[in-house]
Amino acid sequence: MRHTFAVHVEDTPGVLNRVASLFRRRAFNIESLTVGHTETAGVSRMTIVADTDDHGALRLEANLYKLVNVLRVDDITVRPSVQRDLAMIKVAATPETRTHVMQLVDVFRARVIDVAPDSVIIEATGPEDKIDGLVEVLRQYGVIEMVRTGCVAMARGPKIGGLGDGVERGTQVADEAPADDSNVSYSV
Amino acid sequence: MKRTGAQILWEALIREGVSTVFGYPGGAILPAYDAMLEFPIKHVLVRHEQGATHMADGYARAGGGVGVAVATSGPGATNMVTGIATAMLDSSPIVCITGQVGSKLIGSDAFQETDITGVTLPITKHNYLVSRAQDVARAVKEAFYVAKSGRPGPVLLDITKDAQQASCEVEWDDSEVTLPGYRPDLRATQEVYQRAIDMINNAKRPIIFAGHGIMLSGAMEVVRALAERANIPVAMTLLGIGGFPASHPLNLGMMGMHGEAWVNSAIQEADLLLAFGMRFDDRVTGNLATYAQNAKKIHIDIDPAEFNKNVKVDVPLTGDLRHVLEEILPHVTEGDRSSWLKAIEAMKGDCAVRDIQNLPDSGHLYAAHVINDLWRVTDGDAIVVTDVGQHQMWEAQYYHHDQPRTLITSGGLGTMGFALPAAIGAKFACPDKEVWAVVGDGGFQMTQAELATIAQEQIKVNVAIINNGYLGMVRQWQEFFYDRRYAATPLLNPDFVKLAEAYGLSGMAVTKRAGVVPGVEAAREHAGAVILEFKVEQEDSVFPMVPAGADLDKMIRRPSPIVETAAD
Repeated sequence: MRHTFAVHVEDTPGVLNRVASLFRRRAFNIESLTVGHTETAGVSRMTIVADTDDHGALRLEANLYKLVNVLRVDDITVRPSVQRDLAMIKVAATPETRTHVMQLVDVFRARVIDVAPDSVIIEATGPEDKIDGLVEVLRQYGVIEMVRTGCVAMARGPKIGGLGDGVERGTQVADEAPADDSNVSYSV
Repeated sequence: MKRTGAQILWEALIREGVSTVFGYPGGAILPAYDAMLEFPIKHVLVRHEQGATHMADGYARAGGGVGVAVATSGPGATNMVTGIATAMLDSSPIVCITGQVGSKLIGSDAFQETDITGVTLPITKHNYLVSRAQDVARAVKEAFYVAKSGRPGPVLLDITKDAQQASCEVEWDDSEVTLPGYRPDLRATQEVYQRAIDMINNAKRPIIFAGHGIMLSGAMEVVRALAERANIPVAMTLLGIGGFPASHPLNLGMMGMHGEAWVNSAIQEADLLLAFGMRFDDRVTGNLATYAQNAKKIHIDIDPAEFNKNVKVDVPLTGDLRHVLEEILPHVTEGDRSSWLKAIEAMKGDCAVRDIQNLPDSGHLYAAHVINDLWRVTDGDAIVVTDVGQHQMWEAQYYHHDQPRTLITSGGLGTMGFALPAAIGAKFACPDKEVWAVVGDGGFQMTQAELATIAQEQIKVNVAIINNGYLGMVRQWQEFFYDRRYAATPLLNPDFVKLAEAYGLSGMAVTKRAGVVPGVEAAREHAGAVILEFKVEQEDSVFPMVPAGADLDKMIRRPSPIVETAAD
């Protein structure tokens, strides 16, 4: 199954390489990976979607924590969360077909952000399956090119804890119910 | 006062307690070497950078500190890769310092430029590219902290030439390092402790697994106290040897592929495994599907990523082994496990007959005899550094270690060529100890150039070459599993005695069993290093053997006692 990780990392050179290398080295496939700034200066956030079982997800989490630049790992697969993918899709659209394309765009609550004589660029956001659906119906008109961000995800409700402030060095004791066979509390 | 990055480097190393480094100079590290002369640092000039990393590794394993290796950029750095990977797999704390081309040249394929932080990313615990003089002190401090804390491992510092040359003001910060994303001191909950304690007290057929973590956390005494109080027998991994006294009545011996037959049988019968600082490597478990099916497992490790990696455990306990066991010990009840110990004794049966010293001399020289005699003559008190292969397993079987850090061997990576340089490193860490490198004729030739290091440093490291004229362990696999087709395993060797003499060292060849003890004694008495070549039986094999992936108790046993083999 798919697991979605929200990974907070120090914004230092090479950190993306360290994280990606870990997945490769431990033989896990990354389905998508996005990275960008967070509300905290010097901290970046990655959303990583990997195809693995629960056991593999626990191993990934434990190994991610071994990277010195990784601050926090949340497997948000098991939590209520919001997931979004952004796509820009360039579709062939002649004056004859443009209306049809625009109607489809409306149905999917997407937007046309550029119009050329023979094509349009559509911007769509939503869960990945919605984007997949839009792409599917556009194919008959001719998808010329497409770019997608990959999944970004956020757990719903108030943010749990802060960054780097939940660790009591030397005295840390797990206080929440351990997930399956992990009895370790990280920086929650 | 302003200091150059190179000066800051050495001062930072000295502040970390470094007195000895192993290295090889070159263009990109030249500023550091030039500055080194101003500092009280013992530099050991190696003959190959791989040797420097193994020396740092042996230094760390023998002495318990952090080993330091130094090399230049490009080929100097890439030559370190094998040694770094060796240290990574065996959790050995070393810091490797490499020079890098000037920061403005990085990415231009400059002369001797290699992206060594990229290359070593998956085989270091962490690494740093330092391109400013003002970052050197901090990087050194963090590197040592990361290398030795938590689960130890290698850290690489790649310092650009301009960072070594530039000057800056330096303010030494003596506060403890805190890295926001690094948590070496996680602890399990009290509830988990209680589950472990209840399991131990209720177990009828428990076995303690002594792993490398015992040495790394200094848990020898508490492990012994726990074993004795609860009457639990102790089996060892290869790297756990020395963590529990071999002469102790509760010692079972080594487990796994070349472990004792009764140990592997007992594991399959046990109802509780207490895994102390070990990681259920495939050489230890054999077929996972049939492994220790009757046993619950308590796994104590400082690295939670090891839990459930290979073997599903019932109680994972995160933490430093010594601290964890010190909390558990007072709650462990005194147990009478005499029926379990008797059952294991019965499993030993005739395979426990290992008194090879009293077997008649058949005129053949067996490696097992050599190792066993080495053990007797050295009173089991030497630091023995082995290479990888048959002799390594014979060492584990026939040299009985009562003290921790007296067997140093490449377990996880299985690095041939490890023994000679690692023994040199061990000697520098423990100059008052007797140090032996026990090495095969194949592995010896991978790093034999370090004989020159021994000669130049005038150190007393004795080398026992177990020469069977083959890459022996590979030959054994070919004999067992490849129909005796000896592809590329016979070796044409140099005259090792003359080789020793060419390096200005003493060499001696032993071909008869009667010559082993006098040879070892003569080597010990000789003031300088002695290379002792033992010309042993060519097609001897290590028994018992669990074929790779087979059930742990499905062992290939020695066809007949060694004395009969010898009489053939």
